[in-house]
Amino acid sequence: MSEETPTPERKNDGLPNTRTPAGGKPEEGRYSNERDRETGVAPLAPREFLRWTWRQLTSMRTALILLFLLALGSVPGSVIPQDAVDSLASSRWRDQHPSLTPLYEKLSLFSVYTSPWFSAIYVLLMISLVGCILPRARVYFKALRARPPKTPKNLSRLPEYRTFEVDAEPAEVLAKAKTFLGGYRKDLTEASIAAEKGYLREAGNLLFHLSVLVVLVGFATGSLFGYKGGVVVVTGGKFANISSQYDDFNPGRLFQVKNLKPFSFSITDFDVTFITTGRSAGQASDFSAGVDYQTSPTAAAKHTRIKVNHPLNIDGSKIYLIGHGYAPRVTVRNTSGAVVYDGPTVFLPEDATFLSQGVIKVPDASPSQLGFSGVFFPTYASTKTSGPFSAFPDDKNPILSLFVYSGDLGMNSGQPQSVYALDMAGLKQVKSDGKDLRIDLQVGETYPLPNGLGSITFDGVSRFVKLQVSHNPDDWMALLGMIMALTGLLGSLFIKPRRIWVSVRRDGARTLVEVAGLDRSSGGDLSGEVDDLAALLEENA
Amino acid sequence: MSHADFDMLSNQALAFCGVFYFIAVVAHLAEWAVGRNVPLDVLNGVKADAQAAGRRTAAAAVGGEAGDVLVETDEDSDAAASAAKMARYARIGLISTVVAAGIHFVAVASRGLAADPIRVPWGNMYEFTMTATLFVTIGYLAMYRRYGLSWLSPVVTSFVLITLMADALLLYDPVVKLRDALQSPWLIIHVVAAITATGAFTIGGMASILYLVKERWLAKHADDEGTLNAGYLARLPSLLQLDRMAYRVHAFAFPIWTFAALIAGPIWAQAAWGRYWGWDPKEVWAFITWVVYAAYLHARATAGWKGRNAAIIALLGLATLWFNFIGINFFFGSGSQHSYAEVAPFLLSR
Ligand code: HEM
Repeated sequence: MSEETPTPERKNDGLPNTRTPAGGKPEEGRYSNERDRETGVAPLAPREFLRWTWRQLTSMRTALILLFLLALGSVPGSVIPQDAVDSLASSRWRDQHPSLTPLYEKLSLFSVYTSPWFSAIYVLLMISLVGCILPRARVYFKALRARPPKTPKNLSRLPEYRTFEVDAEPAEVLAKAKTFLGGYRKDLTEASIAAEKGYLREAGNLLFHLSVLVVLVGFATGSLFGYKGGVVVVTGGKFANISSQYDDFNPGRLFQVKNLKPFSFSITDFDVTFITTGRSAGQASDFSAGVDYQTSPTAAAKHTRIKVNHPLNIDGSKIYLIGHGYAPRVTVRNTSGAVVYDGPTVFLPEDATFLSQGVIKVPDASPSQLGFSGVFFPTYASTKTSGPFSAFPDDKNPILSLFVYSGDLGMNSGQPQSVYALDMAGLKQVKSDGKDLRIDLQVGETYPLPNGLGSITFDGVSRFVKLQVSHNPDDWMALLGMIMALTGLLGSLFIKPRRIWVSVRRDGARTLVEVAGLDRSSGGDLSGEVDDLAALLEENA
Repeated sequence: MSHADFDMLSNQALAFCGVFYFIAVVAHLAEWAVGRNVPLDVLNGVKADAQAAGRRTAAAAVGGEAGDVLVETDEDSDAAASAAKMARYARIGLISTVVAAGIHFVAVASRGLAADPIRVPWGNMYEFTMTATLFVTIGYLAMYRRYGLSWLSPVVTSFVLITLMADALLLYDPVVKLRDALQSPWLIIHVVAAITATGAFTIGGMASILYLVKERWLAKHADDEGTLNAGYLARLPSLLQLDRMAYRVHAFAFPIWTFAALIAGPIWAQAAWGRYWGWDPKEVWAFITWVVYAAYLHARATAGWKGRNAAIIALLGLATLWFNFIGINFFFGSGSQHSYAEVAPFLLSR
């Protein structure tokens, strides 16, 4: 298949390639790069080799392959849990697949979108993109001032061609054609008009490709200078905006902690309504948290509510409500009745029924430290076949079900510990009658522990909210880039670059008129316009 | 009317529009069956039918050698009669489709009115599918005249019918209030754009499938004039026209998808979840779809990739699009924050 060189080449560029390739589809592409035809073996001389590599890299075919690689490379990230998307799920996955994990880690499959190989694909694509738009921009700026190509000798070879005779004088015909071709850039001679329009299409295309870079840069700087943090707050609890208060804090590489705004807030209450009917039953349809906040330690406190779609914005830091769950309140006493633990403990929801898992650590218990690990059922239900489960996410019938451990919690070892797991190294499971002791508590119930370990009381249920605080100084840039990209894309797809020629010749008492058109977009159809022009020139003649 | 009345109306209207789509499919199948042996030239002539047929018969009567000519005339007028029948079936199909689309619209609109408070009718997969198929029908009808889409009728009507049936049988869901994340003006903007693009990509994909089918058929019967001159595939537009139409529809859909998936979606996600882009499975696949269609547009401008390969890429894009809509919800439901996923998304992670 032969191709035209990219954009204008003066001489006889108007002529299409009339050969018809196998599919019955005449050649229409005007952009197709002559680089695509350069196959063959790489030259050995270093300079030539570099040139060759560059040309290969910036060819359309390479862009196409890189685009496919990009699509393909995105897939694993939707199948394998990603650290940055759901670290809980990814660590759970690691636990379940101990043999695959090392391989996956080596391949960065838990962080696909920041992995070296994924980055390599898009960096190559961007290089290829720059390598392709720079030369095209140069060609385009020359073409901006170019005149329409001269009327070809043999117009009948063009895809749209009409010919007829009229009585009118040639000049009259040309004048009419000139009016018709209002929006075109035109060159008139005595015997013909050459007209062209749609120059902006290429500009649109360049703008589009350029914007892809802007989006990427916007993305990059947003994540370099901003931060994102997550924190779990039980209702009634407080939060001050310093990095140590976050459960997870992800600053961008260039973010400085001193830029954290000095606000603080407390969660006053949490409200939720669950849908009770239909396929969506069990989904929350309304939830909101009451917040008392201060923009600085000396500022007056204000009250507001945050909901999904309605974050709280304090000095450019946005606070989102992104999750919620239960925090059962328990009291643990030692044998003498002294309180050694008291308060709500966050249990993490496992599934849509808010069946939640968590641990309670009681370092002050005596005679030995105590740990509880178990499950919270907001609406407890049980059948013979399924065993206990949670029938509904709301707390209609809350039950706390715990295993008990005693010994050393290992909290003084200096190693940071997860608050959602027990360090089993120094702990022994408490048994009763030779079986693992399991305590099922309803609200208000107390269970006396064996072996003089004390007692535990389930006092009630509090809720917690998971909040995300983020600050992205340049996120407008990526968005602006996207909007530029869309604008360019519209221009590139819908501006129709086309050429029309009219040629006239006096033949005795009649004038022979030829009208021809060439659509240079990759899907255009010029027949209508050429028909209209031909009809106009032919009528009342 | 009360909300409950609208709910009932919606269900009944959906059933009724199914009936009319069914009639349309049957009519187009009848058209196909009758037309299997009608040569193209007869078909094209049938509009100027009366005179043409008359002239031919007259010529036969005047001409001396009665035998041969008469036989031919019989065959010809048989074919002409079939062609007239085809036109009738096509009309029945088209009218049924128009009626079905009207009732389909009632079903969709009353679904929105059935909710309390009233809302847009795309709060879950059942509603999304119902609305997306309506967009396919409307798109097809809108382009019917302009692009002479009669050849697309059997494909569109059976696609819509089957999808609606699956929707009613497998995905039905009673009306409920919108979940929190869905209560935003961006819902309307984002989802209208996504549905429009989905409808358009689907129609474009149909043209691409037909392109591939016709291409194979042409190659297989390359020297079999008789086969090439009759039947449904012969009546399809030329490969060039199919390719062009597919391109135009895709070119229309691509910017809308860009807007839906990469502009409106992130803006909405920012408001709802505090991040523009989170590489959630739904987002990943929306991005994959976008990249594949960008590759399609590139392929059309690349030597050796036009036509056939471009059509295959377009279908790949369509597969990722529908996988994202249906597959993700079933396979990775719990992993996606997006509300069409079955499982409540507002679980705590991290
Ligand atoms: C080496 C890199 C690239 C080259 C050589 C290249 C080249 C081109 C060319 C020549 C066209 C015009 C095709 C036509 O008129 O139909 C085009 C269109 C397009 N390009 Fe690229 N491109 C590159 C990278 C990209 C990238 C990274 C994207 C982003 C995903 C992209 C997206 C598009 C889109 C959506 C179009 C359609 C616009 C249209 O058809 O006019 N391109 N590209």
